Amino acid sequence: MKSDLPQGTLDLLILQVVALGPVHGYAIAQRLQQVSRDVVQVPQGSLYPALHRLENRDLLTADWKETETGREAKFYRLTRKGRAQLEAEAASWRRLTEAVGLILRLSEGGAE
Amino acid sequence: MNWWHRLLRRQQMEERLEKELRFHLDQMASDLIAEGIDPEEAQRQSRLALGGPEQVKEQCRDARGTRWLEDFWQDFRYALRSLRQRPGFAAIALLTLALGSGATTVMFTVINGVLLKPFPYAEPDRLVHVEEQTDWSTHWGNRWNFTYPNFVDCKRASHVLEMAAWNDNGGTLSQPGDAEYVNRSEVTHDLFSMLGVPLFRGRAFRPEEDAAGASPVAIISHGLWLRRFGGSPAAIGSRIVFDEKPYTVVGITPAGFHFGMDPDVITLLGQNTSPAMRNREAHRGLQVWARLRPDETLAQAQVELALIGRHLADEYPKSNRGRSFVAEPLRPDVGDVRSTLWLLLGAVSLVLLIACANVASLLLARAVSRERELAMRVALGAGRGRLVRQCLTESSVLAICGGALGVLLAAIGIRPFVAFWPGSLPRAEEVQLDWHVLFFALAASLSSGLLFGLAPALRAPARELENILRAGARSIAGNSRRLHGAFVICEIALAVVLLVSAAVLGRTLLRLSSLDPGLNIRNILTSRVALSPATLANPGKTRVRWQEILDRLHSVPGVEAVAMVDTVPMREGSNPIGYSTSAAAPPENQQPLVLANSVTPGYLKVMGIPLLGGRFIEDQDRQGTESVAVIDEVMAHEAFGSEDPLGKHLWIGIGPDPVRVVGVVRHVRQWGLASDDQAKVRAQLYYPFAQVPDPLVRRWSELMSIAVRTSIAPLSAVESLRREVRGSGNDQVLYEVSTMEQFVRDSLARQRFLLLLFGIFAALALVLACIGIYGVMAYLTGQRVPEMGVRMALGAKAGDVIWLVVRQSLGMIFLGVGVGAAGALAAGRVLVRLVDGTQPTELSTFAITIAVLVAAALFASFIPARRASRVDPLISLRQE
Repeated sequence: MKSDLPQGTLDLLILQVVALGPVHGYAIAQRLQQVSRDVVQVPQGSLYPALHRLENRDLLTADWKETETGREAKFYRLTRKGRAQLEAEAASWRRLTEAVGLILRLSEGGAE
Repeated sequence: MNWWHRLLRRQQMEERLEKELRFHLDQMASDLIAEGIDPEEAQRQSRLALGGPEQVKEQCRDARGTRWLEDFWQDFRYALRSLRQRPGFAAIALLTLALGSGATTVMFTVINGVLLKPFPYAEPDRLVHVEEQTDWSTHWGNRWNFTYPNFVDCKRASHVLEMAAWNDNGGTLSQPGDAEYVNRSEVTHDLFSMLGVPLFRGRAFRPEEDAAGASPVAIISHGLWLRRFGGSPAAIGSRIVFDEKPYTVVGITPAGFHFGMDPDVITLLGQNTSPAMRNREAHRGLQVWARLRPDETLAQAQVELALIGRHLADEYPKSNRGRSFVAEPLRPDVGDVRSTLWLLLGAVSLVLLIACANVASLLLARAVSRERELAMRVALGAGRGRLVRQCLTESSVLAICGGALGVLLAAIGIRPFVAFWPGSLPRAEEVQLDWHVLFFALAASLSSGLLFGLAPALRAPARELENILRAGARSIAGNSRRLHGAFVICEIALAVVLLVSAAVLGRTLLRLSSLDPGLNIRNILTSRVALSPATLANPGKTRVRWQEILDRLHSVPGVEAVAMVDTVPMREGSNPIGYSTSAAAPPENQQPLVLANSVTPGYLKVMGIPLLGGRFIEDQDRQGTESVAVIDEVMAHEAFGSEDPLGKHLWIGIGPDPVRVVGVVRHVRQWGLASDDQAKVRAQLYYPFAQVPDPLVRRWSELMSIAVRTSIAPLSAVESLRREVRGSGNDQVLYEVSTMEQFVRDSLARQRFLLLLFGIFAALALVLACIGIYGVMAYLTGQRVPEMGVRMALGAKAGDVIWLVVRQSLGMIFLGVGVGAAGALAAGRVLVRLVDGTQPTELSTFAITIAVLVAAALFASFIPARRASRVDPLISLRQE
């Protein structure tokens, strides 16, 4: 079964993928799909608006470069500000999931 | 990419967006093909995965965050294009707005310069005005100018304030050149440094010079320097003689430096050795300004001044009991100009509002004919907000262009307007277009753009699209009829307010002009006279000198009578004193007041005041004889009621004895034709100058004027009079020469000026309102042409059609008149309060002005009505 992305996590995922090195939009979509083992449904239609929004907020910056196949593509990379944002958001995400996990485990324990 | 890149390289950005998405689609398709899927199917799948490319693009554009700016830019260019397409509409709208905002900007420029701008001194917000304040108050309130000893003590004791003082007086400058009366200020040495004003040439006063016995030095004004020294640098160090005392010029004030009465000669207070300077009880009219020292506040200054006041009250109980000192922020004193200006700004805003209503109805007419275009845009996906924004952008562009033209008009018109101001506008030199004014003009234009753009914009269609699209523009015109009517009603209401106000002012001026001033104003010349200080030092000599002057003037050809008077009617300056009809006088601040005039016997003849009973002052009334006085009818009634005042006694505090009333004369409108009826003190009393006690003769002589009745045109006698007075010593000069007719004219100048401007505004309002009515009626009847055609085909006559149209406009006109009448009543109240001599609006004023307006409005709607009645039914029906 595929899950929808929780609100606001798309930005975090994009930042994480882009953090690995300059990458174009299609590759980001591919990578998200693969890494999440097709569990997470990334709507491709909202990928580009998200990329443009992050670029507008100076979290990403982009250059036009040639791909291996010789075509020009827009490659995104993290800015310094983007890296800081990624670290902050990843940390807060971890705290949140841990807390949610704890609560779930607690109620499971109660049911036994 | 910066936001301006986004605006300017829109094309490039769109191409890149397209390229990025295309790359995505191609890449995905080729991956799918590699997996063995049919190419066509692969492309279909990749498009499905991405979603609609236009929607994605639109979301990407939104994500840039400068979307509104891009839209604005687009709307802006669209607005310019559509204005260019209809130059007639654009020209009318722009002209209307330019007139409205130009007039408003002129008024605001004046208000800004005269009322709002701070003093042109360094850090004006740190300056305060300090006054003495007493526990008790009189007719003049409880604030007083400083005495010199109190000032010196305050200055020495204060740590919060840096205080400086000055007074205003005047005298004869006899060197270099011809003798001339000039204004002089005596100041403390630190006045210039306290104000933060550097001198143009030379140096400021030194502290050691601000003391009795120091070498006499003076600073002269820039104007005097140009006038008397021809702008020569040699003026510094040269000698001037002021009131027979020589001074060395050490400095020249900068051009455009203003303070107090704009003195030409500035000397040091500390060098003034008159005994009054050491008197803690006598008020020498010392103005005190101060600057808050760094980090100190006004509140701290108040506390400290109160403390100093208490100390001084303990130390000098005789003069200072109940007396303290207060400071308040320094503001320019501009007198009654304030209310005049706000009144005019109010009137001119009404004109601007009418202009807005006019443009709004023009825009509305256009919006209605564009309704299909707008509906089409909605059908293509534009949101309602987007359409409203587009319409508002259009009206704002119109408003700002109109505003810019208005500022241009204001820039051209402001100098003539200031020159046209009756009398002299205070602080006229400060009246300039500056960024405050530009900001005001921008704000006024934008808000008027919003005002006239909102109604058409909110009509942007949202529902029943298919109806609108299917129907022609004509069939929906009915919806806008009510809105159009509302604009016409507003315009008429505003025009009524202005017309009635102008009519009220006109009636006022008519009534005031026909009032009897109480004297015969023809052929009277008045002038102040400056005697030499040597003469003034001796009362006996002064009396002799005055008599000589009177005799000499009497011998000038064309002179019929000569007299002296201290307060000339309708000229600035009066001398209200308390009086009592019994020796047991109540305390001074509870006594009734009378305007005292000290005169010589010829006064009655010179002024042509009718004698009602008894006799006037005669040559026999001099020192040593019984003190007498002549009163006017108002005084007779106030003091003695129905009793005969002749022979009664009055205690008036000039000299030790009561005065006996020997005559009654007609009331003279001392305060001017307009203001006399409302004046607080109207009663008048004349007493002989010859009976003024010796100690007062000097002070009185400084204030005396001469009045001359001539048999020739009074101004043509000025030169011979001037020659006679100057005499051998070159030390007696005439100044402030004027005719009585001039004073009467001046006393109505404000009313005349307001009437003229209100008249112009009202005429403008009437014309604009008529154009508005004409435009709306022409538009509305234009929409109804087919209906008229049907009516006429069914047998209606031309008269019926005219009546149909006129009836429609009559409804609007009467509603507008009703609303406007209420506004006009309120405006009339404001006028009564602010303009002397105005009486509550009379019914006949209403009737006349409203009749004029209704006639004009009916005429404006009659033209389209007649056109409609001449429609050929066949042609109009074919139009449908």
